[in-house]
Amino acid sequence: MAYLDFLQTHGDRLIDGTVVTVFQFFLATAVAVSVALLFGLMRLSQNLAIRSVAVGYIEIFRGTSLLVQLFWIFFVLPLFGINLDKFLAGFLAVGLNMGAYGAELVRGAILAVPRGQWEAAVALNMPRSRRMWRIVLPQAFLIMLPPWGNLVIEILKGTALVALISVTDLMFEVRQINIATFKAVEAFGTAILVYYAMARLFVTPCMRALERAMARKTGKA
Amino acid sequence: MTEETGRYPLRLEGDGVPMVRFQKVTKRYGPLVVLDELDLDVAPGEMVTIIGPSGSGKTTVLRMLMTLETIDGGVIYVDGEPLTHMVRNQGLVPANSAHTRRMRSKIGMCFQHFNLFPHMTALGNCMEGPVQVLKLSRKEAEERSMELLEMVGMADKRDEHPSRLSGGQQQRVAIARALAMRPRIMLFDEVTSALDPEVISEVTSVIRRLVSTHNLTMLMVTHQMGFAREISDRVCFFFNGSIEEQGPPAELFEAPGRERTRQFLNAVLEAN
Repeated sequence: MAYLDFLQTHGDRLIDGTVVTVFQFFLATAVAVSVALLFGLMRLSQNLAIRSVAVGYIEIFRGTSLLVQLFWIFFVLPLFGINLDKFLAGFLAVGLNMGAYGAELVRGAILAVPRGQWEAAVALNMPRSRRMWRIVLPQAFLIMLPPWGNLVIEILKGTALVALISVTDLMFEVRQINIATFKAVEAFGTAILVYYAMARLFVTPCMRALERAMARKTGKA
Repeated sequence: MTEETGRYPLRLEGDGVPMVRFQKVTKRYGPLVVLDELDLDVAPGEMVTIIGPSGSGKTTVLRMLMTLETIDGGVIYVDGEPLTHMVRNQGLVPANSAHTRRMRSKIGMCFQHFNLFPHMTALGNCMEGPVQVLKLSRKEAEERSMELLEMVGMADKRDEHPSRLSGGQQQRVAIARALAMRPRIMLFDEVTSALDPEVISEVTSVIRRLVSTHNLTMLMVTHQMGFAREISDRVCFFFNGSIEEQGPPAELFEAPGRERTRQFLNAVLEAN
């Protein structure tokens, strides 16, 4: 089997690349979740200045290409004296970009919590921040989990772009293999299989399990 | 606002200070006047029921008292102190959040759709306020909550989430949750309107017990005329944002003095 030979020959590089992709994915997701929560809440602030900052952020990062943002962070920021390591620039760009989409998910979910829940919290004389953290956010979390399942897969696929600033992820490695061997079908075929397996066999089941666990915890199941 | 509030006392003093006073209270939604210079006093320990056609401003009265709505004119006093305003430089200015929170601690409310927190158990719902707001220890809060769940007959459901409870059970937990904050005024906003007919009595019997055993001041909006008549000290008939007629239930239900009251009562009785 020629493909088995291919895997045997290039297995080490493929595994190294996959490990880097997994790290990029987890770090980008962490950035995206933090940024989404922060800007989602800021977007709902009563303060116009805070709200405007959030709107500006979301507009810029949703309105332009992830690849352009990646190049900006890696190639343009150094011109302003900000030098980021390529690994850091990679997951940061993906996380900041996806976080802008996530912020809208956070905002939408908070607004989807019934008004009666806020009012009951007011009737218990809870201060505003406590109303948000104790009453509204836990319910919003449950509402936004399914769309986050999609976004997390987008984050995984988005990390493939970091190969273009020479982060040695899976995509970078298969391109190198292709250049060296001209075995395009095997190289890019493997990439497709690995990305699909990670999304289908890892990310989706994890998100489902999280949804079920949260539903149980909130008495919905 | 400040100039206009010049004619309102900074606080109510002397004998017979009402627990609640609405003085010339106005509420508008855009061009729609929901409350029109409403005057209403509720004495300490009094049970006042508000009835009237939908859109007459009944629920707005309770929501304004709970500070869920802003005020467009007039002043609301609670326990002699302004609720919607506070005293600054010998005058009344709109209340800030610290003043609102201090005054709000005297008031509890139950809602038509219960509004229990779905992610907490019955016990968790009752403990939330005492722990998070009153800063009681979990042990104290649990003791207080269990006592109240016992009173409303829900102690055995302490670990159930609201989604596993019937409407009547949820409303009883909601009453316990509100009482756990030890309010001096309780507001009941159509608490039986979303219930199936056969469970309404679960909730009304709890309220009946409250009236007979606690010295709470209560305001209730309801469509249950029989219940209103049985437990109220006074019934107010609202029409178009003001009180058309009020009096002891026997009087108002037996011999309404106004044509609109008669029409409303006839319509309600016919529907039943």
